[in-house]
Amino acid sequence: MIVDINFVGLIIASIMASAVPLILASCGELITERSGVLNLGVEGMMIIGAISGFALMTVTGSLIIAVFGAMLAGVLISTIFAFLTQTLITNHVATGLALTIFGIGISAMIGKNFVGIPGKEFPVLFEGLKDTIPLLSPILFGHSIVFYFAFTLPFMTSYFLKKTKIGLIVRAVGDSPESASNQGINVRLVRYACILYGGAMCGLAGAYLSMIYTPQWIENMTGGRGWIALALVVFSTWNPIKILIGAMIFGGLTIIQFHMQAIGVRIPVQFLTALPYIVTIIVLVVISRDSRKIRLSTPSSLGKSFHKDN
Amino acid sequence: MIKIVKRDQPSKAIFFFTPVLAIFLTLIAGGIIFYILGFKPFEALKFFFIVPIADKYGFSELLLKATPLCLIAIGLSFCFKSNNWNIGAEGQLTFGAIVSGGVALLFYDQEGFYILPIVILAGAIGGIIYASIPAILKTYFNTNEILVSLMLVYVSKLILDYLVVGPWSNPEGFNFPETRQFSDSARLPLLFEGLRIHAGIFLALAAVIISWFVFYKTYLGFQMKVSGFSLKTAKYAGYKGKKMIILVFLISGACAGLAGVGEITGPIGQLHREVSPDYGFTAIIVAFLGRLHPVGIIFASLVVAITYLGAETAQIFMQIPKYTGQVFQGMILFFLLASDYLLFFKFKFIGSKK
Repeated sequence: MIVDINFVGLIIASIMASAVPLILASCGELITERSGVLNLGVEGMMIIGAISGFALMTVTGSLIIAVFGAMLAGVLISTIFAFLTQTLITNHVATGLALTIFGIGISAMIGKNFVGIPGKEFPVLFEGLKDTIPLLSPILFGHSIVFYFAFTLPFMTSYFLKKTKIGLIVRAVGDSPESASNQGINVRLVRYACILYGGAMCGLAGAYLSMIYTPQWIENMTGGRGWIALALVVFSTWNPIKILIGAMIFGGLTIIQFHMQAIGVRIPVQFLTALPYIVTIIVLVVISRDSRKIRLSTPSSLGKSFHKDN
Repeated sequence: MIKIVKRDQPSKAIFFFTPVLAIFLTLIAGGIIFYILGFKPFEALKFFFIVPIADKYGFSELLLKATPLCLIAIGLSFCFKSNNWNIGAEGQLTFGAIVSGGVALLFYDQEGFYILPIVILAGAIGGIIYASIPAILKTYFNTNEILVSLMLVYVSKLILDYLVVGPWSNPEGFNFPETRQFSDSARLPLLFEGLRIHAGIFLALAAVIISWFVFYKTYLGFQMKVSGFSLKTAKYAGYKGKKMIILVFLISGACAGLAGVGEITGPIGQLHREVSPDYGFTAIIVAFLGRLHPVGIIFASLVVAITYLGAETAQIFMQIPKYTGQVFQGMILFFLLASDYLLFFKFKFIGSKK
């Protein structure tokens, strides 16, 4: 049997495309969590980004306004979370859940008028190079700018955390808010910034779904990707590079469904759809079993409120 | 000048007052949202919160929706009180519905008094089995229960989908994604002629009474409370943490499973794709709004149930999208959490200095 090498390239490219929203959302949440804040609202922020991007694209016709608008929408909705958890010292878990419920409701409310409207074509880069190198061409060329951004983001995130001063401050705040505060760092301000950044990345992840990956608005179109992104952060043991690996595995699971059905494998479609969720659980179990390793890599103050007495 | 001062002790009066404040603030914010959408705020709020329960039928519908919310929230309060974040009640409900529905289908052409108790028991067992997965993974494999219980929600809905489309679909049903109708013996009896409210409400009330007893009159309740305040203290006191984690998960799983039984043997009468309009998620809000207190949860379930009815009425009469219900639910929780600030801090008025 001869396997067309370009076909293999196309499959890898499609796996990468489906990994993009996971990478974006996970890298955003990773920064938030590194500062000690657990934001369970990823699903809510993504869906807000998805509808905002699609709605702005339809209304204004500008892709740039739509993409940045979606990020801004993510920032705005995460501001609610930041205000509640940082200024009013609420419980992170409960507030994050509220954010997700609220986000899904608001997005469906806004999205009512955008159901069934066709999306726009999103421009791709390096399209002319598509047939130059076998195998590698479909992987490297002909994707949207968001795609390229997503695959450089884990490296930039890693550099930011390890090599820059601000990255060090973020880690210090997450590992020991008390000592950071004693050093004169404004813990609340740093955490605000990290939450809003996470919101922006989730907004972008949502916009990628509704504008590039499947260019249309469908209710609840994030379909649990926000929760998988949260699981990926645990999977990565808070290391951005490992997010890349995790996201590729989950992207692969999503893509494999289509190909298994195409080949005619007789497995119920529901089982294949459930696979990413089941694998998430298995992976979490395998990673978490080593409780010492998890304890060492988890930001020490994750999910705990910090309040400086005045 | 106003200064914010930390209270020495959380205020007890405010503890029960803030849920009322949260509801009030939600109504104001809701009015503003309606105004932005181009409706008259007061009229919209009336259609949302008063019209749906203005008659006998509406009140029965309110109790019908409040029943599963109350039942699940009672179960969740066991988990939340002891710091266990089971947010997959929707999955436990669905799996309970699947198991009890499967049993009910075995008896589809039979009548008998013994059928309903078996079906109800099967639902509780289904919920317990499903809740035991995150519980065991948390206790023995150190796995995050939030993510596991949530992933299982998606899995349960896909299992249900597979069953009603495939092996369990009604052979005479023209390929509709639904099972046969259950026999009358597998249905919860209706309380009043012509109204949909059914005997499942007694399950919810029983759960309220039992949970009150456990929380305030037993050693287990005390242990849960201590673990909720501080896991370290619980450890020093020598409580068997793992056993308790598993127990509270199983209790909440059983409650969610029973809520699933109530839906399919009550108003629905068969299995199909949508056995629950996200009662399992909404019940999380109910549990918090009710302050994890059994009596509080009764009131909270009634308040939140209105958002379901209001969303339906507002959609029919004013073409307000039905998701407004979810928006209201999210807002209630936001405002509740926000007003908790008053529990720990107070505003002190200080004469301005010259």
